[in-house]
Amino acid sequence: MKDRYDVLVIGAGPAGSIAAKTAADKGLTVLLIEKRQEIGDPVRCAEGVSKEHLKKHVEIDKKWICADLKGARIYAPDGTKIEMAEEIAGGEVGYVLERKIFDRALAEKASKAGAEVRVKTRAIGLIIEEDFVKGARLMQLGKEYDVHARIVIGADGIESKVGRWAGIDTSLNPIDIETCVQYLVAGVDINQEYCEFYIGNDLAPGGYIWIFPKGEGKANIGIGILGSKMGKFKPRPVDYLNSFLEKKFPHAKVVEMVFGGVPVSGSIEKTSTNGLILVGDAARQSDPITGGGILNAMDVGKIAGEAAFAAISAGDASNEKLEEVYEKRWRSTIGHAIDLSLIVKNCFINLNDADLNALAFSLKDVQFERMSLLDLLHALFKANKKLLWDLRVLFKDAAKEVVKSKM
Amino acid sequence: MLVSININRYKCGYCGACVGVCPKGSLELVETWVEVDENTCMTCGICDRICPVGAIEVTK
Repeated sequence: MKDRYDVLVIGAGPAGSIAAKTAADKGLTVLLIEKRQEIGDPVRCAEGVSKEHLKKHVEIDKKWICADLKGARIYAPDGTKIEMAEEIAGGEVGYVLERKIFDRALAEKASKAGAEVRVKTRAIGLIIEEDFVKGARLMQLGKEYDVHARIVIGADGIESKVGRWAGIDTSLNPIDIETCVQYLVAGVDINQEYCEFYIGNDLAPGGYIWIFPKGEGKANIGIGILGSKMGKFKPRPVDYLNSFLEKKFPHAKVVEMVFGGVPVSGSIEKTSTNGLILVGDAARQSDPITGGGILNAMDVGKIAGEAAFAAISAGDASNEKLEEVYEKRWRSTIGHAIDLSLIVKNCFINLNDADLNALAFSLKDVQFERMSLLDLLHALFKANKKLLWDLRVLFKDAAKEVVKSKM
Repeated sequence: MLVSININRYKCGYCGACVGVCPKGSLELVETWVEVDENTCMTCGICDRICPVGAIEVTK
């Protein structure tokens, strides 16, 4: 078995597969490993993505689309409904995917581009020589062996160890994680064109409940709760979800259970070091307000694949080089969006139900089909002046948007 | 010393959230189970606190 590659990618989720595909497309030799015996399973995700954004990465294949969404509805604790049409909600919804098929399709794309894929193969440690990551020790079917690489890309998810092994502390504080439970339910009468979100401190402290249609009377119904709002003797996400289902869908049949942790820390200080790049959930690159991570992972995977090519072509995989070709590029794009979302998250998690109701009430008549960030801020201002002050940094971006739209 | 962190693998949904919050890197999600390195675990209990199903019990 080959034991030397240009790039070793650890983890075959969307970030890892796109990184592997991009690097292989550039002509690099790539090994993509996945510790599970099946790529894409078990799912740990609500499976929603923006249509337009997804199309930038792959041609849409109906095989992995479960539902095509027209919009989103958000319910405040008192039931006030905010409805968003496709163009607006499109930022985070659009399609509901079948991740089991989607993830495998992405890995196949990497494989077609020339990457070698090994499943049921887990990294158990890094090979570090003279302060440079030079590969990893792998275990496949109980057998251990070394694989050397000029660059290692850690795409090993929420439970990432790759960064830690290289001295990058990626541990999350309780306030930096949403812990989630989701049921795929069948036999429910659910509008297949809308996704729904329920907020409220009694319902989902520091998070929300979501309903994502999955076609034919099925839906992903799940909950995320902020770690800092949890406690040993408090109800768990699974308890909150069960009581929501009992109330709203007493006849729903649970046909699958999904568990997961979503990083909502905002961008972390370091996502690369000598010979190593971290991507996706492993680099905590999911959105702190929505928890969405698929598209960020794909964006960053692409940047990482290109960065690996640039670094290897220059014969320089040092920390400094990777900062230039990787860190700078992702921080100035999705990193910026993540940081703005973090500001919104930090306000949101401190709102009580009365605040949330007031906010929803002032937003419910806004014409969301033509909503701009400025309209949203205007509505927020009417609802809650304190909140507006907390979110003042967003103005800068709203102003930019206005300038752009006038040009 | 008695084992002070106990992971109920019949309850665990192997999502890896506990591994993400472990400040010491003492947990590892292998495939369908979580392993604890008892030499480095300081029984801080963060994993117990954030587990979505309550599969971890840390006693001090």
